[in-house]
Amino acid sequence: MKKVVFWGTRGSLPIALTADAVRHKVMAALTAANGRRFASRSELADFVDGLPFATAGTFGGHSSCVEIVTGGPEHIICDMGSGARPLAQAKLAAYGAARPQVYHVFISHLHWDHLMGFPFFLPMYIPGNRIVIHGCHDRLEEAMRLQMRAPCFPVDYSQAGATIEYHAMTPGQPHAVAGLTVTPHRQLHAGDSYGYRFAGQGRCVVYSTDSEHKLEDNGERQGFIEFFQAADLVVFDAMYSLAEAVSVKADWGHSSNVVGVELCQAAGARRLALFHHEPVNDDEQLGRLLDETRRFEAITREGRAPLEIISAYDGLVVDL
Amino acid sequence: MNLTVRDHPIAFVVAPTGRIDHGSADPFLLALQEVIPTCSAGSRPLILDFSAVQYISSAGLRSLMVAARQIKAAGGRIGIAGVQPLVREVFAIARFELVIPCFEDVDAAARSLA
Repeated sequence: MKKVVFWGTRGSLPIALTADAVRHKVMAALTAANGRRFASRSELADFVDGLPFATAGTFGGHSSCVEIVTGGPEHIICDMGSGARPLAQAKLAAYGAARPQVYHVFISHLHWDHLMGFPFFLPMYIPGNRIVIHGCHDRLEEAMRLQMRAPCFPVDYSQAGATIEYHAMTPGQPHAVAGLTVTPHRQLHAGDSYGYRFAGQGRCVVYSTDSEHKLEDNGERQGFIEFFQAADLVVFDAMYSLAEAVSVKADWGHSSNVVGVELCQAAGARRLALFHHEPVNDDEQLGRLLDETRRFEAITREGRAPLEIISAYDGLVVDL
Repeated sequence: MNLTVRDHPIAFVVAPTGRIDHGSADPFLLALQEVIPTCSAGSRPLILDFSAVQYISSAGLRSLMVAARQIKAAGGRIGIAGVQPLVREVFAIARFELVIPCFEDVDAAARSLA
């Protein structure tokens, strides 16, 4: 595995940057410039690159879609949220319609924010492509078809040009897919969700979203510590604060930055990506959340090797 | 983690010491259960003296949440006093300062809650 590309990182519902938010960013950038003049575009670019991410960038609004780039001929994708649309555009730009591709799609669960990008995943309409949808839910194919049924969508699933196959996976069992060993892990979420541990080529990536952790259950905790063990990257559902996750939003099926750090520390993971961002959190709030999470990791490290903390955003590429 | 109950004229004061982690969160909550039934509407508030707590994990914070909700449901009052700076940071990051009020020391907590 060479890298991970985040195409959609928002939880529950896609969002868009508003005009007010853009205006706020422009004002923050001009305030930071403080009347300065720039001799060249590269000097201006350097200045922009030095601004806080919440000013110069945005975490984005597409729902869950993450690509694992192996360097091999077949593509690995986790979930088909709305981020699948820019992913599809990138694949078409790279390969065109004339070069058939194989896509392996791993579905965490059947909620709409994790499936809604599939009707916009253009490779499904191109004959010659092969799409293998892997998952642990009995009704996986039914759910994929359901969202494309009238009156919900104008193009029926039956009009797909690609060959679409389904592969039923067994939680806890390793499966060989595209040169990787992929192991699903059952997670606590309405209707169940499944995380996936991808291992191969000397690297390990864990995709674990829409997963609530019951802190009083030590058996569950040990299971996740093994699931995350020595991972190079753990993509983790950090939608809520810990206080929310154990009180008003208990049983909503999501977790927190604090639990993500604790599990990754106990598992000896190398890097944690905060993921499935709460739609009401703006870029500044998510930026503060990242700073706080890094601080939490530092003050609870206790002699362990540092855990690198990043916050996933649409378009982020992480080299493994 | 050890836990002692101290006399105070206008509050129940419970003082845990050491680490409240995944191994000690349940015993911590169990020990609090002995005090919680006495904290109801009109009774003295419960003050947790955290001055000797060096670390608290998410499981320990959950135990605090459970205790706070039980006390509030019974119409009682709960506060935390003397939190060490690093533990206080953990409270802030986990947004627990919004759940249970934190005070400089036991007397300040007693004055505010009683």
